Amino acid sequence: MTLTVIQALASHWRAHSLQLATLLIGLALATGLWSAVQAINAEARASYDRAADQLALGRFDELHNPAGPIPLSRYVELRRAGWQVAAVLEGPLRVQGQALRVLGVDMVAYPALPAVTQMEQSGTPPDPADMLTSPGRLLTTPVLEPLLAGQTGLPPILISDALPPDLILTDIGVAETLLKKPGEISHLIILPDQPGSIPPLSTIAPELERVPAQEQLDTAQLTDSFHLNLSAFGLLSFAVGLFIVHGTVGLAFAQRRGMIRTLRALGVSMRRLVWLIMAELSVLAIVGGVLGLVLGFFLAGALLPDVAASLRGLYGAPVSGQISLQPQWALSGLAMALGGTFLASGHALYRLSRMPILSSAGLQAWRSAASGSRVVALAGVVAIVGGILALLLFGGLVAGFVMVAGLLVGSALVLPYALSRVLILFQRSAKGPIAQWVWSDMRAQLPGLSLALMALLLALAANIGVGTMVSSFRLTFTGWLDQRLTSELYVTAASDQQGQDIAQWLNPQVDAILPIRNVELAHSSGPLFLYGIIDDKTYREKWPLISSSERVWDRFHDGTAVLINEQLARRENLWPGDILAITPADTLTIAGVYSDYGNPTGQAIVSMSQLDQIAPGAEARRFGVRVAPDRATDLAQALRDEFDLPRRAVVQQAAMKAQSMQVFEKTFVVTSALNILTLGVAGFAILTSLLTLWTQRLPQIAPVWALGLTRSELAKLEVLRSVLLAVLTALLALPLGLALAWALLAVINVEAFGWRLPMYLFPVDWVYLLGLTLLAATVAAALPAARLLRLPPADLLKVFANER
Amino acid sequence: MNVRIWLLILLLAVPGIARAQGYAGLGGSAEGFTVPQPDYTFQFPQDHGPHPDYRIEWWYLTANLKSEDGRDYGIQWTLFRSALKPHEVEGWQSPQIWMGHSAVTTPDKHYFAERLSRGGIGQAGVTATPFEAWIDEWHMRGSDPNTVSLSANGADFGYDLKLQANGPFVFHGENGYSVKSGDGQASYYYSQPFYEVQGVLRLPDGDVAVTGQGWLDREWSSQPLAADQSGWDWFSLSFDDGDKMMAFRLRGERSDFTAATWIAADGTTTAIPNGSVAFEPLTTAPVAGRDVPVQWRVTLPTRDLDIEVSALTPDAWMATRLEYWEGPVQISGSHSGRGYLEMTGY
Repeated sequence: MTLTVIQALASHWRAHSLQLATLLIGLALATGLWSAVQAINAEARASYDRAADQLALGRFDELHNPAGPIPLSRYVELRRAGWQVAAVLEGPLRVQGQALRVLGVDMVAYPALPAVTQMEQSGTPPDPADMLTSPGRLLTTPVLEPLLAGQTGLPPILISDALPPDLILTDIGVAETLLKKPGEISHLIILPDQPGSIPPLSTIAPELERVPAQEQLDTAQLTDSFHLNLSAFGLLSFAVGLFIVHGTVGLAFAQRRGMIRTLRALGVSMRRLVWLIMAELSVLAIVGGVLGLVLGFFLAGALLPDVAASLRGLYGAPVSGQISLQPQWALSGLAMALGGTFLASGHALYRLSRMPILSSAGLQAWRSAASGSRVVALAGVVAIVGGILALLLFGGLVAGFVMVAGLLVGSALVLPYALSRVLILFQRSAKGPIAQWVWSDMRAQLPGLSLALMALLLALAANIGVGTMVSSFRLTFTGWLDQRLTSELYVTAASDQQGQDIAQWLNPQVDAILPIRNVELAHSSGPLFLYGIIDDKTYREKWPLISSSERVWDRFHDGTAVLINEQLARRENLWPGDILAITPADTLTIAGVYSDYGNPTGQAIVSMSQLDQIAPGAEARRFGVRVAPDRATDLAQALRDEFDLPRRAVVQQAAMKAQSMQVFEKTFVVTSALNILTLGVAGFAILTSLLTLWTQRLPQIAPVWALGLTRSELAKLEVLRSVLLAVLTALLALPLGLALAWALLAVINVEAFGWRLPMYLFPVDWVYLLGLTLLAATVAAALPAARLLRLPPADLLKVFANER
Repeated sequence: MNVRIWLLILLLAVPGIARAQGYAGLGGSAEGFTVPQPDYTFQFPQDHGPHPDYRIEWWYLTANLKSEDGRDYGIQWTLFRSALKPHEVEGWQSPQIWMGHSAVTTPDKHYFAERLSRGGIGQAGVTATPFEAWIDEWHMRGSDPNTVSLSANGADFGYDLKLQANGPFVFHGENGYSVKSGDGQASYYYSQPFYEVQGVLRLPDGDVAVTGQGWLDREWSSQPLAADQSGWDWFSLSFDDGDKMMAFRLRGERSDFTAATWIAADGTTTAIPNGSVAFEPLTTAPVAGRDVPVQWRVTLPTRDLDIEVSALTPDAWMATRLEYWEGPVQISGSHSGRGYLEMTGY
């Protein structure tokens, strides 16, 4: 008996293979987008963890010198006083245009890192003499091997897979040569076993600051908001995919009512039927889910390099550009596919189990369920209000997302009611019987289409919202770059002395030389980068202040005031007039706040004389050069020749801007990719819904046809109806999208990155999107319309003969 | 202390390698390094300082101490030098690796610590005049090695001691040329076994004032073990009658190699050739997951010596990068006294 029932159930899919394909595609899309995002997140997080383990990051307290590098002599003094510390020298190394990080550790004193242990336990351990003495050895990942092997003048290379990407690990003695920083130490780590009595730091090395392990910059924490963003997108795509599943399963159930009635009449219990249908759905969910995983894997593989690039650009987070299949996201993807399938078909299943054995096989009963649009709309309003309340009451990034989710879900729920009100208005003003029929027919179709339209609304709103955010950001960012990167040339000298020489050499030839000096301070709010600048009209005219007090620049150059970046201002709620304690001894009034989209950390600017007072050792190797733009290229070359500077040491403003924009674009590649995919999924949802409705169209169209409308007229009306509903939805999506954009710019961004962006509107983009929607709706309606055109009149006539 | 041949240990600069190779790895070749030759004339004070062109070298001090209430203690202070290449340069790229080991042994517990550094940056090293051997804050220093202050610290112990020699330096083997195998491997080896020691041990239960006798070994070489030698048992014994004896056994696959120096109370020495001293383990104790002989019978018929040597505490295990047993011993039998025992390769 069971086998017979299974055969009967399966026969439906054989007869409706397009429907089966739709269902599987819907499931695969939902699962694929979701698991792609999960895979990307999992890969990135695994990269952070690996890096933290591989480099023993954040496991030890550290000693830093706020004024710059620590001299070797200081290390020896600490050691000879009993302090068990290990020296680390790190810095960037450019190899064939690619920026790599060199981590030089004292291989004698530093705790054995996994890469070192792995190498020692290998079949051919390297000779310590080679590791520690000139030329030394570089440990790096297999990925970097070809790059480094092609570069002459580097020490021999050893390969380890226990290292983060883009990292070269070596002994500190090799690193100081490679980085041209002889005798310098970036920081010291404090080893776990200290002798019983050692003199306090304040008496032996008062200039050093101890940074506890847990306060060190945690990549995972820093990038949390980025991943939350991605997850939210993944969830949105998943939800939209589920609309397709819902539509298809609903249709399949409706079409099988006759068969189910027959089966029940033959004596199959409802219980058995429900179980078998659930088993059938599970099989479909697993097949669709596996397809989705394959899709997600390739999608993630395609997107990950860009994600990795933006994570590196934004946070300096080491992320490998290669995806690997990890059980956690594969399992979560399958679980989501199963859960999603049952969520999407639960309602249909429930209604099926309640179906009276002799109820008519018509579709009307299935459809009328969605009619309580007023109640649904009320629920939508509650969701919107709830989201706003969550933000007002709790604040923070998660509350921000709750608000966005409430806004989106709530608006989607309100949509059917809103559309039906609009249609009533049109119907009232309609003239003539055909127009009236069209409007009322549209209203009648609304319940069946509403889910697809909701999906469309969400996709459109997300598109408008995210598009507005990205474009606003781009506009602001470009403007900010123009303000911020004012100097035509940026020069980095090899040493303070060379810096002086270069400044002297340049002085008679250029308009102004603007030294850029900075130190990293351990501040109560996290690491604080303190910059010093001189008095120059460039700053007075161009610096991007978003909030300032009176005579800001005069007070600043008096040495009585400080400027801070927006991130610090928002995080610590410090605004002009407030006091900032740069160090416990140095407190200054805040005169202004400037925008800063370059990094997520706190930053402050003081006058050069103040900087000398606060951090006397700050290096003076970098400066900006103001010169007529047409002379910049020649001067850059002259500088390189005169002082034998490497190419990267003299950067032209244009190149720097291009590089910054590149990082920016990569940051949003993934966002836009997901955006477009979501819209595609929504278009597909409309198609499936229209196909669903198709079977019930005949009884409604046949009488109209019988009254004299031709099939081609009816087909046109079909398309028109689909397009009209889509346009109405798009119009409603516009304010929702703008609200979303506002939430992203003013709430999510502030919480995630620490900056608030002005919102710009881009009506041309909306028109483009509207066009895209029209196209999607037309394409979706074209298939049923074409069927109608080719429908033999006999079929239409049959409606009147058919018992249903 | 010849056989503190250690040094490859120091190859430990990059930890793990020596462990993988084991003590058998100590029989490496001396390529590029100077090799000890017979008829060497020691030059002092220069020879108290380092010899970077030899592969390995150490300043190895042990002392048997007693507190005022009569409890026995032992301390160890060792600075090893291991050269990756036979020269010295300034800065991080120095091929000279230094390793410090220190320990305090009480009748019921063994405290130890280890330090590593490279040469060239001033974190560790030895100067001959004024004499100073140091790594981090640990030091042995004075105008010359006969009068020194000695200090070391671990996480849970430390000591500050004054040492005053009241006898001459003594030379092992043929005037300080100490042969280590039948194949002729050898080292330069001299000692100062006549230190009077006083000072303070810092232990978790509080400071303990102590006095006693100390013994310094100075040795350098480039090719310390024969290829088939896998470990050694080394004794420095001070008898109550004022005589002393240094004796060792190198355990080889084919045969053992033994040697000893009898040191009279006035400092005159007699070299005792291979095969004369007999070593017989009497009792083993489970230490650090292995069986280590902690009671020995040592006999030397020509001196009517037939003694039992037993560890003050069996648990004197140095769980350092290269592990070994080093601790104070009590002597009974034909002679009585105290001393130090080192055992490697178990």
